[in-house]
Amino acid sequence: MTTTATEYKLCELMICAGADAFIGNGEVLATGIGVIPRLAASLAMKTSNPNLMMTDSEAWMVSEPNAISGRKPGDGQHKESWMGFSRIFDNVWGGKRHAMVGPSQVDQFGQTNISALGGTYGQPKVQMLGVRGFPGNSISHKNSFCVPAHSKRVFVGGECDVVCSIGYNPERLPKGYSFEDIDLGLVITDLCVMDWQGPNHQLRILSLHPGISVQNVIDNTGFELSISDSVSTTMAPTKEQMAIIESLDSKGLRYKQLLNNPAGDRR
Amino acid sequence: MDKIVSAKDAIAQISDGMTVGVGGWGPRRKPMALIREIIRSDLKDLTIVSYGGADVGMLCAAGKVKKVIFAFVSLDFIPLEPYFRLARQNADIDIMEIDEGMLLLGLRAAAWKIPFIPTSVGLGTDVIKNASDLAIIDSPYDEKEWVAMPALKLDVSLVHVDKADKRGVCQIKGPDLYMDDWFARAAEITIASCEETVHSDYFSGADEARFVHWERSETSAVVPISGGAHPSSCAPLYGFDVEHFKEYNATAKEGGFDVYSGTYIDGKDESEYQEAVGGLDAIISLPLPVY
Repeated sequence: MTTTATEYKLCELMICAGADAFIGNGEVLATGIGVIPRLAASLAMKTSNPNLMMTDSEAWMVSEPNAISGRKPGDGQHKESWMGFSRIFDNVWGGKRHAMVGPSQVDQFGQTNISALGGTYGQPKVQMLGVRGFPGNSISHKNSFCVPAHSKRVFVGGECDVVCSIGYNPERLPKGYSFEDIDLGLVITDLCVMDWQGPNHQLRILSLHPGISVQNVIDNTGFELSISDSVSTTMAPTKEQMAIIESLDSKGLRYKQLLNNPAGDRR
Repeated sequence: MDKIVSAKDAIAQISDGMTVGVGGWGPRRKPMALIREIIRSDLKDLTIVSYGGADVGMLCAAGKVKKVIFAFVSLDFIPLEPYFRLARQNADIDIMEIDEGMLLLGLRAAAWKIPFIPTSVGLGTDVIKNASDLAIIDSPYDEKEWVAMPALKLDVSLVHVDKADKRGVCQIKGPDLYMDDWFARAAEITIASCEETVHSDYFSGADEARFVHWERSETSAVVPISGGAHPSSCAPLYGFDVEHFKEYNATAKEGGFDVYSGTYIDGKDESEYQEAVGGLDAIISLPLPVY
């Protein structure tokens, strides 16, 4: 018997919605980059998919997710194997991984950008991180996205300034490939939950966070969306989920991820 | 055989225009004392291959760099490396921007003396559009196209290790080796700075030899510099210097690299550098990060 929490923050709603991205994934390495995705993956491992694998975000696989706050240097952890960065690629290219990442730009094809904004290859207007592992991740395994501030600056019209990950773009599909080879999961934002299962893999609204309308989402997205026939309200966290999240983040790092730490229910 | 040399003599093996690989990852186990020695030298027009951190930023800011081959340049807790960012936005450098795994494949190809390694990584992205030297090839075995990731042949690699003997047996006990073994193998000359030099007998004790990750034939020079990774980390011995990185980052907004370099690098040797950052004892007491 689960009881819905009466009060919860938007970050906690997003963590619980993000955890659903890992349901049915089986035995894959769940990698959440950033506080909300990492808590989402950890929550999934402790609830809906105990078969998930996880690292300590450094060099070891752990059989239990580490807390993301409140740990001190030298604190113990439930190691199960070595997993240095070079070995991560052995896992990635084998495909048994699902990463939840936070791109700076996402376009209509599900292509993403974390490299640079504006300008040219030789002289970007704003240099960001570089493509990192996005090209390899996107062609090797499943990827979900977490966007803390749903806006047209993130969900851009046209294509991303630098296409760092492959998506459902027919113009860029490599020879011998089909869209079946590309696996984009959920998109969790501060407004809604979406997937890429609209017509021709169009981005589709699945559920709206309490107090958010379809129009709010449309107004903040730079390209056309598909609206699911059964758009629901994003499920509120259960008390059990809230307790697990608290145990993984006793210092409340999650409350610093969204501007002004909004309540989960904005009605 | 005795490979122990000073940082200055080691760096003297590098010439203008060479391709230099740098081990470590972001703010972790970077051979920063060797990087500082390059900054003090007259070297120029280097091509740097790196999982980049302040090594790349400082070399760019000091005008040593013609081209950077990279997947990212980041200080992790400060996501955007400030001087790399300026170099890019001012179009001061050429680049080859590739995926982290492609960089690994390029090092492996160089190490194995093969011209390329086929991979799907990069397909469908701007990596293959922008990096003009990346060829797309057909496979003799299937109907797909593949990226032919070329060998990243390095003239010199710089790595930082925990312990080394004079013959170049290097030990790294940090939980992650990063790609240091591949940097060592991909290079004609590998210069390893080390926290401590040991007698060869050290490696015969207990499990010590298990933490030796490449053969001594891959190490050309050993440079003893305790604390030589500072301000990056050298786990499990010390963490990275958060306060120092913050100060470095701030100079990019105000003062510029001349201020940073004037305070810490220019006209100072490594012992004076260590004095300026609080001394070796302070460096080796820096706490390890918790992720």
